[in-house]
Amino acid sequence: MQPIGLLIEFKSGHIKPANFGMATAARAENRQLVALMVDAPADDDKAALEAYGVTRIVNIHTDSNQWNPAMHAAAVVAAMQENGITTLIGLTSPAGRELLPRVAAQLDAPLVMDCIEIDLDDHRVKTSQFSGKTIATIAMTGTHFIYGMRANVIAPLEAPAAAEVIDFSYTANHPSGFEVIETRTDGSGSQYLAESDIIISGGRGLKNAENFKLIFDCARHLNAAVGASRVAVDNGWVPYAMQVGQTGVKVNPKVYMAVGISGSVQHFAGMKTAKTIIAINTDANAPIMAHCDYYAVGDLFDILPALEKALASMTR
Amino acid sequence: MNIYVCVKHVPDSAATITVEGKTGINEKITFLLNPYDEHAVTEAARIKASSADTEVIAVCLGKAAAENTLRAAMAMGADRSILIETDTSRDSIFTARALAAAIRSDGRPWMVFTGKESIDSEGMQTQFRLAQYLSLPVATNAIKVDADSDGVTVECEREAGTIDVYRMAAPCVIGAGKGLNNPNYPTFPDIVKSRKKPIKKIGTAELTIDTPVAGMQIQELVPAVEQHSPKALTGSPADIAAQIVDILKNEAKVI
Ligand SMILES: Cc1cc2nc3c(=O)[nH]c(=O)nc-3n(C[C@H](O)[C@H](O)[C@H](O)COP(=O)(O)OP(=O)(O)OC[C@H]3O[C@@H](n4cnc5c(N)ncnc54)[C@H](O)[C@@H]3O)c2cc1C
Ligand SMILES: Nc1ncnc2c1ncn2[C@@H]1O[C@H](COP(=O)(O)O)[C@@H](O)[C@H]1O
Repeated sequence: MQPIGLLIEFKSGHIKPANFGMATAARAENRQLVALMVDAPADDDKAALEAYGVTRIVNIHTDSNQWNPAMHAAAVVAAMQENGITTLIGLTSPAGRELLPRVAAQLDAPLVMDCIEIDLDDHRVKTSQFSGKTIATIAMTGTHFIYGMRANVIAPLEAPAAAEVIDFSYTANHPSGFEVIETRTDGSGSQYLAESDIIISGGRGLKNAENFKLIFDCARHLNAAVGASRVAVDNGWVPYAMQVGQTGVKVNPKVYMAVGISGSVQHFAGMKTAKTIIAINTDANAPIMAHCDYYAVGDLFDILPALEKALASMTR
Repeated sequence: MNIYVCVKHVPDSAATITVEGKTGINEKITFLLNPYDEHAVTEAARIKASSADTEVIAVCLGKAAAENTLRAAMAMGADRSILIETDTSRDSIFTARALAAAIRSDGRPWMVFTGKESIDSEGMQTQFRLAQYLSLPVATNAIKVDADSDGVTVECEREAGTIDVYRMAAPCVIGAGKGLNNPNYPTFPDIVKSRKKPIKKIGTAELTIDTPVAGMQIQELVPAVEQHSPKALTGSPADIAAQIVDILKNEAKVI
């Protein structure tokens, strides 16, 4: 059985659901799924991992009591070596963008981020390139293989198994010349855009920061994340972390609502893979209207309050 | 002290990409300096302005046409540049080896800047590999850099609302994020001046690069297909809202 390492991530004390899609993509008769948990012992989540076919859980303990990507990546490499793991899969999430390339660099291993398809036997993946305008099939060669999956490309499917739990302590030399001073969280990043099933984004049509409340109000009822176009970010209405697009976050939700957004090439680069795109725009000729699933020609200042009302009455 | 800035020559994001052959694209389109690398050059120039005896050197692995991107980097503040010439596109394992070798043979870095990601191959990794080959610490998606003679304090945006503050010893590698600064878009005199700045051209064979065992090879490139066929939602705002709720509930099944 070939062991496949899964780099497990947590959000507010729970395993991110996107990890289960990752486990589903990795599962096969001849493979053993090994969950690697960095400084997050699997006590409460053992059953959840087992439900998706994980048969070994490695609780990695480092002696840092905070996020430290250099240290955590070194610990993952050590745990991979200890467990004979040469294939590692993680998410192309904020933590994955820090850890996976560090692991790949240390092992001098090939890495493709943001994979939309993976073939672990042939070490072949598909990923988008040129701002989403093309799909590349990439063959990886080497002794170790690192995959960064795009969240939500594979729907999680259960396949219950029983897992053994192993503790692994990483105390080796602290990576030199790299120190974490602090991590500041302002609480605004309630839901990471790329892993959200529903995203409502606003653009220039919103006119100012206050009006974004209309979007937040709808999003709250849906547990949706809020995104924005670059214009909304550049005008200072919302923080850069909310920017969707080529130079922002690339998202892949089930539903993407573009409100007061024209649909520039660069915006599309970040959201064109959304399953259902709904556009609200006063201009019937805005590019977004020709590249979506549903469009409403109308004023967002009329439609958003009506939508908020409809959602409120439904969720009550 | 030398600040190296790695800059990539990439297709303009607004350009139409047409696939040619099995793995290539038609390159008769506008290419420019990778947008994140603009922030990297701007930051290097800013640091140079407040430090004595500092030189900013732009480094690029690319085809002959990449000279234009190095000229752009010099118009934005780099003093000189190095073009590592190649005829084919290279993966980030080879690229980082070549960049590391070129930097090593040129001088001792104080800092090495890159962008956080290239917008064509979207690899998100060259900076980490470069740091590994140069045995330097690395941080990416930097939004604030405070440099002093023995190190840098760097703020990096990990995700919405989460900022990590790291202290790295110099030399170190920093991947520039969009929040770092507003790019120094060059003025006409800057452009004229940049034409006189030197570009050192070297072939990959002239550098000591050990052949990697690992690699990432593009086997096929195809245009992404558009799967949407737009349908209109009509009626009063309340009607439109009701149709949206229906789509969310019955078609997308997210509520
Ligand atoms: C290198 C580069 C990188 C870029 N990266 C990104 C990126 O990552 N993300 C990104 O988004 N952009 C990016 N851009 C910018 C991009 O080119 C566009 O300028 C931007 O996406 C436009 O934002 P917008 O749709 O909000 O504004 P606009 O294009 O001005 O569109 C506003 C829309 O709102 C509609 N509207 C106005 N009032 C109302 C109303 N009351 N009700 C309903 N609709 C209304 C208008 O009809 C219009 O269609 C990038 C550009 C470059 C050059
Ligand atoms: N061919 C190249 N020449 C110079 N710098 C490069 C090259 N490829 C990548 N880089 C640098 O590495 C960063 C990350 O690239 P990537 O790993 O492709 O996303 C870019 O923003 C550049 O600064």
